[in-house]
Amino acid sequence: MKNKLVSAPYLVWMMIFIIIPLGIVVYFAFTDSITGSFTFNNIAKIGTYLPIFLNSIWLALIAAVICLIIGYPVALFIAHSKPSTQRFLILLVMLPMCMSFLLRTLAWVALLEDTGIINSFLRKIGIGPLPLIRTNGAVILGMVYNYLPYMILPLYTVIIKINPLLIEAAQDLGCDGAAVFRKVTLPLSTPGIISGFTMVFVPAVSTFYISKKLGTPSTALIGDVIEAQFKAAYNPNLGAALSLILMILIFICMGVMNKFSYEDESMVTI
Amino acid sequence: MKKLHRIFTVIIFLFLYIPMILLCIGSFSSGSDLAHIHGLTLHQYKEFFADGVLIRLLLNSLIVAVVSSVIATIIGTFAAVGIHSMKPRLRSLVMTATNIPMTNPDIVTGVSLALLFAFVGRLIHTNQVLGFATLLLAHITFNLPYVILSVMPKLSQMDPNLEEAALDLGCTPVQAFFKVVLHEIMPGILSGALMAFTMSLDDFVISYFVYGPEFVTLPIEIYNYTKKPLPSKIYALFTVLFVFILLVMIIMNIVQAKDEKNSARRQSLKRRKELN
Repeated sequence: MKNKLVSAPYLVWMMIFIIIPLGIVVYFAFTDSITGSFTFNNIAKIGTYLPIFLNSIWLALIAAVICLIIGYPVALFIAHSKPSTQRFLILLVMLPMCMSFLLRTLAWVALLEDTGIINSFLRKIGIGPLPLIRTNGAVILGMVYNYLPYMILPLYTVIIKINPLLIEAAQDLGCDGAAVFRKVTLPLSTPGIISGFTMVFVPAVSTFYISKKLGTPSTALIGDVIEAQFKAAYNPNLGAALSLILMILIFICMGVMNKFSYEDESMVTI
Repeated sequence: MKKLHRIFTVIIFLFLYIPMILLCIGSFSSGSDLAHIHGLTLHQYKEFFADGVLIRLLLNSLIVAVVSSVIATIIGTFAAVGIHSMKPRLRSLVMTATNIPMTNPDIVTGVSLALLFAFVGRLIHTNQVLGFATLLLAHITFNLPYVILSVMPKLSQMDPNLEEAALDLGCTPVQAFFKVVLHEIMPGILSGALMAFTMSLDDFVISYFVYGPEFVTLPIEIYNYTKKPLPSKIYALFTVLFVFILLVMIIMNIVQAKDEKNSARRQSLKRRKELN
């Protein structure tokens, strides 16, 4: 069988558009923007951007934890409903993922801004306008709102695969509802938790639109800085260095998270 | 407890849908922006359909989404067949590389492709390398993993005897592939293609780094609007797209339901055979 040969076009494609570009990122990260000679300067500048890196990671972590806390009960609810209801609810979860996230974020601006819908309602009932937008809270809200479906789907996928006999066995052995959840359902859904967590954390930590629309200019995220290097300040070498560090950071985070899982098949794809 | 659980789920769905409902309501409002909803009007729809620029942008988005998802589906399906017949070690190596665009943040994928195109541009001495071609290449690249990852499971679920039977009955390997294998993995191909299509249609981050000024897609234009006030006809467009994507997803759902029914039937057949 010459089956292997049919994947050749893809392997070439992958080489040109995935592997080589990453090599070029590394090359740019270690060269000077003007002379093109080898330098550590770009990487060394990470010191300046350390607070921004830490802030991005912090906000993305909070968003991922909130997504987990509010996403888990929803995934559980969907997994325990009738098959036809399940299909419909999953469709409802997936639909926002396909709609323009730019416009959906702009809708939040209209809801949260000082003359926005929530504040004009609050004014009517006598509470002064609250500073809702341009806060870290608004950025976290934007992240939770945009990436919550990416948490619910992998959680649902693992919960639905849990063998009901295991739950019955736990009940027979004297576990009440809470104990069944703590000792059977929760441990068995670890792969889903890890994959959901990464699927929220990775886009949240690297976002630049949400922070631009809902945050303050002073609390820019690392995505904003990288975007600026390519679109405004035009220093692709610094941009490449920051991207490289971001990539390595995410790699480390995922490595740490995978340590928590005791199963190998931790990546659950939708 | 059960009731609380239901109420909580409803609240979360409201949280997910209120901004979208607001955008849909905004499309029927005569107010100046989303925060000020007044009276009912179809004016935005009239303006949207009369606006050649917005329709052009939407068409651009659709062209990129259709072409890139078709090409990605063809390359990806053959790739999955090839990867499936690889030895485990090589297979896991290729799958690791396939997963790179899925696990890397979009901004890094966008940046790496932008640098690649800049590099190529420098090699061929041109500044005008970014355009339709680079956008299409980038979209195919990030669509490929979706196709491969949804075809691979279908290949491993497939009964290998089917292909052998086709070969025994005189098919050439090519005929066996097109008559038997392709039919078996079709649901995976279709759902991969649809996923690639929707991902491509809504992609902003990667497109933003590789688009050229002469070929702009809808998300990029919406992003560029942030400097000016957003024209209200965009909300009409959002509502039209909302309905369209809802339809696509319902079709996807029906395909999956059919597939599940088929595999359930096959399993019960198998079980019956084993009993006999």
